[in-house]
Amino acid sequence: MTFEAIDAAWWPYLFILIGGGLATDVWRFLGVHFGGRIPEESEALVFVRAVATALVAAVIGNLIVFPSGSLAETAPALRIGAAAAGFAAYLLSGKRMLVGIVAGEAVLIAGMAVGW
Amino acid sequence: MSGAESFPPPSPQDGRRWYLRGAAAAFSVPGWILATAYVGFAGLAKESGFSLGETMFMTAAAWALPANVVLIGAILSGASLFWAAFAVALSSFRMMPMVVALMPELRAARTGRLTLYILSHFVAVTSWVLAMERVRKVPREARTAWFAGLGSTLLVTNTLLVGVVYLLVGGLPGPVTAALLFLTPIYFLTSLWGSAREKAGHVAMLAGLVLGPVFHTVWPGFDLLAAGLVGGIIAFAFHLLTARRAAP
Repeated sequence: MTFEAIDAAWWPYLFILIGGGLATDVWRFLGVHFGGRIPEESEALVFVRAVATALVAAVIGNLIVFPSGSLAETAPALRIGAAAAGFAAYLLSGKRMLVGIVAGEAVLIAGMAVGW
Repeated sequence: MSGAESFPPPSPQDGRRWYLRGAAAAFSVPGWILATAYVGFAGLAKESGFSLGETMFMTAAAWALPANVVLIGAILSGASLFWAAFAVALSSFRMMPMVVALMPELRAARTGRLTLYILSHFVAVTSWVLAMERVRKVPREARTAWFAGLGSTLLVTNTLLVGVVYLLVGGLPGPVTAALLFLTPIYFLTSLWGSAREKAGHVAMLAGLVLGPVFHTVWPGFDLLAAGLVGGIIAFAFHLLTARRAAP
């Protein structure tokens, strides 16, 4: 049952409600249920946090290497370089997100301006 | 109640005033950074072929940017509903410890459980960071009203922002759209690194960045799950090895 599986107006919304809404709210509701009874420092939580982080990072890697739309018209090397530059600026500025975001965007825009 | 005396507060019973104070807390630096990320997300959803309604519904229903980005990634790679939901659930497990940490701060003696379940939907990284930082200055009886103001304002303003940006993107020149689309990856590169609790989080992020595109070429549909699990195992192995080495 993929996103295009059923040709009806309601299907994408049901897909989003379950795949996006329920899949996140189940954790929120469990959090209320357990409220204050889960030790945050267990090894199992380290593992689950690592999986969650790797999963989101995988999406980010795909967005940089295999983007859609207008971003796909730029050179892969430019996107990777701009991302690396933004990340380096973030680290060098003492982990200031806005500095990283602005630096990454600046490199990307400069690269597009010279036709990469 | 410590801290509450530092400004002239409305009476703790005046829920509406506290709701508005919570709403005002949404307009802060973390709030603006989140808005930037949602501007990028609107561009991503539009360029990926989602409708305006789907995009806004997705924003409010998941109310977690990583979950939404994973959902779009899963749909684009042709995942079924089950595997898409599984990937989103794996990506948003972090919600549980966040909610666990926040609920004792929000709860007053007479707070109903249903109120907490409803308020928990507003928990996402930005609202959580703001709440953990500021909720202690709110009298306990007014905390649910204050957090409802903060959470609902962030959710509603960003959902509307996503809708407005979605409508504007089509008319923008290509390079502007490209720069807008680049906001999502660059935002997460910095926020994922910053939110990692331990070194394993950094290892997991680097592994995922490389493994995502690798599995995308060899195993579309399961690329995110595979990259998440393999990257997570690598990071956890690193965690166990370094912990052992650090032990005396």
